[in-house]
Amino acid sequence: MASSTTGSAGGRSVLNEVLFYVFLVIFVLVSVAPLIWVFKMSIIVKSELFATPPTILPHNPTGSAYAQIFGDPRFQHALINSAVISGVTTVVCLFFGSIAAYAIARLKFRFRTSVMTLILALSFFPQVAIIAPLFIQFSKVGLINTYWAAIISDTAFALPLTVWLLVAFFRELPADLEEAARVDGATTIQAFRKVIVPLAAPGVFTTAILTFIFAWNEFLFANTFLFDESTQPVTVVIPNFATIYTVDYGAQAAAAVVVTVPLVIMVLIFQRRIVSGLTAGAVKG
Amino acid sequence: MTSTSSREKKRGWIREEFGSPERRAAYYMVLPALVIVVAIAFYPVLYGVVLSVTDSTIIAFGSFTGAENYIEMFQNPDFLEGLSNTLIYTVVSVALEFVIGLGIALAINQAFRGRGLVRAAVLVPWAFPTVISAAMWRLMFQDQVGIIQYVASTIGLINEPILSDRTLLLIGAIVVDVWKTTPFMALLLLAGLQTIPTDVYEAARVDGANVMQRFFRITLPLLKGAILVALLFRTLDAYRAYDLFWVLGNRELDSLSTFVYEGVRISQLTFGQGNAAAVFIFVTAFLLALFFIKVLGMRTSVEE
Repeated sequence: MASSTTGSAGGRSVLNEVLFYVFLVIFVLVSVAPLIWVFKMSIIVKSELFATPPTILPHNPTGSAYAQIFGDPRFQHALINSAVISGVTTVVCLFFGSIAAYAIARLKFRFRTSVMTLILALSFFPQVAIIAPLFIQFSKVGLINTYWAAIISDTAFALPLTVWLLVAFFRELPADLEEAARVDGATTIQAFRKVIVPLAAPGVFTTAILTFIFAWNEFLFANTFLFDESTQPVTVVIPNFATIYTVDYGAQAAAAVVVTVPLVIMVLIFQRRIVSGLTAGAVKG
Repeated sequence: MTSTSSREKKRGWIREEFGSPERRAAYYMVLPALVIVVAIAFYPVLYGVVLSVTDSTIIAFGSFTGAENYIEMFQNPDFLEGLSNTLIYTVVSVALEFVIGLGIALAINQAFRGRGLVRAAVLVPWAFPTVISAAMWRLMFQDQVGIIQYVASTIGLINEPILSDRTLLLIGAIVVDVWKTTPFMALLLLAGLQTIPTDVYEAARVDGANVMQRFFRITLPLLKGAILVALLFRTLDAYRAYDLFWVLGNRELDSLSTFVYEGVRISQLTFGQGNAAAVFIFVTAFLLALFFIKVLGMRTSVEE
């Protein structure tokens, strides 16, 4: 606490410095330890998995659990389904979200605040409150057990995040951009497409990453609207592995590792952007 | 007289709103998002309220039954267990996340080497799908191969399998949530801390304020906005928890949300009670948000 309020690094003693880094190392270890441990479980042979006491380092690393799950068509389908659902959700959400965010951030109209409040209110919404009504509505139009059931509901619930972030990014652009575009004879839509979107591209990209993670991680809607493995994403299929591969803990561990790898890579590459996106709201609030 | 002029005034703003091409464009641009939000979220809530006061099933609309579903729900021990689990889980996990998250934020609110690495490491648990972290921790809680079960029973902390004891499972759920979400809390609070100008602290130090005084008189009050935002988000998120309970408990640990899910999606007999619980969650979550905004004075300005 003291170090935070002193701010400048100049006056810190060596002991403080050491304690600080010890603290950091513990903090980082606790954060990543479960992933490392489960990764270890995924590359050891069965006899070692059940050994007492457990081994710390793997004795004979093997990729057999990975060969097993990648050879399993259920897992292949689930990965493809996840990619389709989160990819399409991201595109649809960014399309509708960016035009709405542009209007809210840079155009004047009477119900601007009400519209923003209505969309943001959705982020406090308990999704479970609407699964029965949505199930009935989706059944009527034949969407149950199709990708669209997940994509439509994910899009609605990702919109507050998308719109909030994009409004923040669009507002950061200089005020007279549209004015200049209009002088050149551009309409509102043209000014948005040709001037604002290209300039806000980094922000739009950050928003896309966060929307994708949101959709990739979604579980409740997928678990409600999708019945069989032809459409179910990994979040639904993997917990079922506990039943399918009852005592085959290595395969369960390997599946969990595979699903998180794309996310870990994304986080490592884009950590700066993700943090700026995540905190865009908090700083202003 | 007055009614004519007010009507004219009304027509005036309608003409102003829809007469100008820029304003018209703005309405066209927000319309699709509004339609999605209303059709997929707000309309179903109303429909859910209607379902909760009827004896409908998932395939057939029923007749009006008044408060019957609600009365049965409050008498159902599964619902009461889900409610108490949810309340304990929400209060304990959010409190722990706040205290630990604030400590971490204060500690790393300075320039140091390896900052990017730390930030990436804390984002890893946050980016995990909740169901996958639940599945991972379930493997570690396992009584045959689980490292945590092994360590905890070796040092004599517990003597029963974690996964078959509901109290231990609930504690486990809190541990997983604290592990997963504390970094997020820390990042939000850190962002708030970074908006506090350092010269405020300088001035306080010149005036002879000690560390504790600086923390309670400067940091906390100036951080209030960020704290309330973080607490509101986390509280509502924990309150509606479904994924973690469903997967970690392998359907044996009830929360409010799993009770709804079981009612409307698994059991045909408790569809009405499930809908009543859905309305219950919605209304209580709404009241919670209102409490943060009105009573605690959270600023919700969406304008610049």
